[in-house]
Amino acid sequence: MAERTPAPRLPETGGRLAVAVHQAGPIPLAADFDCAAGELLALVGPSGSGKTTLLRAIAGLYRPAAGVIACNGETWLDAGRGIVRRPQQRRVGIVFQDYALFPHLTARDNVRLALGHLEPAQRHAVAEQWLARVRLEGLAGRYPAELSGGQRQRVALARALAREPRVLLLDEPFSAVDQVTRRRLQRELALLREEIRIPIVLVTHDLDEAVALADRLCVLHGGRTLQAGPPGELLRHPASPEVARLLDRHNVFEGEVVTLEGRRYLRWGPYRLEVAEGLEALAEGSRLAWYLPDSDVVLHRRDRPSRGERENPVTGRVTEMVVLGGMTSITLGFDHGRETLRFDIATHAARRNGLARGEHATVSLLAGGIHLMPGHDAGGEAMGHMAADGGVP
Amino acid sequence: MDWAALSVSLRLAAFTCLLLLPVGLALGRALARARFRGKPLCEALVALPLVLPPTVLGFYLMMSFGSEAPLGALWQRLFGSGLNFTFTGILLASLVANLPFAVQPVQRAFEAIPPNLREAAWCSGLSAWQTLWRIELPLVWPGLVSALALTFAHTLGEFGVILMVGGAIDGETRTLAIAIYDRVQAFDEAGAASMSAALLVVSFVTIGVVYGLAGRRRWRRG
Repeated sequence: MAERTPAPRLPETGGRLAVAVHQAGPIPLAADFDCAAGELLALVGPSGSGKTTLLRAIAGLYRPAAGVIACNGETWLDAGRGIVRRPQQRRVGIVFQDYALFPHLTARDNVRLALGHLEPAQRHAVAEQWLARVRLEGLAGRYPAELSGGQRQRVALARALAREPRVLLLDEPFSAVDQVTRRRLQRELALLREEIRIPIVLVTHDLDEAVALADRLCVLHGGRTLQAGPPGELLRHPASPEVARLLDRHNVFEGEVVTLEGRRYLRWGPYRLEVAEGLEALAEGSRLAWYLPDSDVVLHRRDRPSRGERENPVTGRVTEMVVLGGMTSITLGFDHGRETLRFDIATHAARRNGLARGEHATVSLLAGGIHLMPGHDAGGEAMGHMAADGGVP
Repeated sequence: MDWAALSVSLRLAAFTCLLLLPVGLALGRALARARFRGKPLCEALVALPLVLPPTVLGFYLMMSFGSEAPLGALWQRLFGSGLNFTFTGILLASLVANLPFAVQPVQRAFEAIPPNLREAAWCSGLSAWQTLWRIELPLVWPGLVSALALTFAHTLGEFGVILMVGGAIDGETRTLAIAIYDRVQAFDEAGAASMSAALLVVSFVTIGVVYGLAGRRRWRRG
């Protein structure tokens, strides 16, 4: 479900990070989200959506004109009351996109620098412990230029954690390393999470990464938080066509509520679709956007009937087939409009069913998967603007 | 060998370096970080002594050091003596003439520091001063050293500005470079040769030592 909070308010506290930042410019922001201790919240959105700005605001590196940021019971920013804590006072652990390691200091000294809260005599040993914790034993004496990308990222993480932060901020921490290293670092972050009980905010434009790592996603666009929720929930029930588009969901359509023999249906071109939930509450004749996760598109097999075949069968023509390894992405076009339906099936299944460009194919749109978005059209904006393709611009 | 002239030259170079060091640091850092409309103008002003003919710069300095000019008059009132034809006068002139050498390398060095290094330092709990001492200064060190080396070498070789402002008063404003010129004018080529050799050696040793100090650090690899 959407978790939108209205105006800036003093957020709840206690280990929790609460952010409510609003300003008209120079960077427009209207962001409200929170992150519980031990939770990993991913801020996702296209470039320029304000993700990094929000992260910097939490760290105290950017000062928004209005808003409240509180963490662990402390108010870090309350623009209305003139409270602005400096970054040094916030106890934030941050991993920058390029890691921002101090090039003239060894890995050990990079970490040691963040141990100002300890007695000088302890710092050396504690720095070594942190490096060991991120599996960099024996590399403490190396300079950043002598480390690989993945090793640098670990030093940055060790430095961020060494501060004993109240919140861990990760700004695209996996974008500067190769795929293999990325997978390994992501695994390690997932393991590390079980040990540290502080809010973790991850900024990423990699949706797969966000879905794999985060407890909740927060979708941003133009500095606005559009929707927050668990990844599965967002992918099945995006709050608006815009959110669906930002999450790279293709199947957003426009339909009309109709009644036939006392039952409500969703009219989509020539089809009357059954919908499991939500239609009864809508006025007859109203037009609205609807969405279907591609997992709820079932291809009718040629040889024998399959599960759910009687449910909302629709027939289209294959306009595009893209083979990506073992999976094939099928795009169906329909005679009644320019909207297209896209779904993935195993490449061997596509072959067995004789799918090819220009061929007709029949699929079922599972009634339980149809998600209604009243108040929106398929383009996500004013009615009448009919997006033929819900692809990300 | 004009030992008095050598002493004037070395004193002048040393004082110029010492006084321009904090100026170069402050101005170089400010120009590297600042974003304002008049910034190109400020940079042009700093660079002006670099492109101006030394006699032109010397002429303006001489005029402003005179007791009718505001600066000269103020100096006269404060310290009871004029600036032209004094060591203080050529030191002031030398500070102006060397401004670009002291500022520009430092500015470039500060510009080369990624902004998020300072932010990372703050988020690690370092105060602004600690960040300056432990992060920024070590990183601009080579720029600072090269600024000092350039300033030192350039002061030793400065001729036109010093001659205009200071003349050639023995033990006060006659630098080695001027003394060499005087020797040549007096057809004393042997004297000019020995002093030129001295200047060559001093310059080379200074620059050598200074570049040795800056050195290539291990962390600069890769």
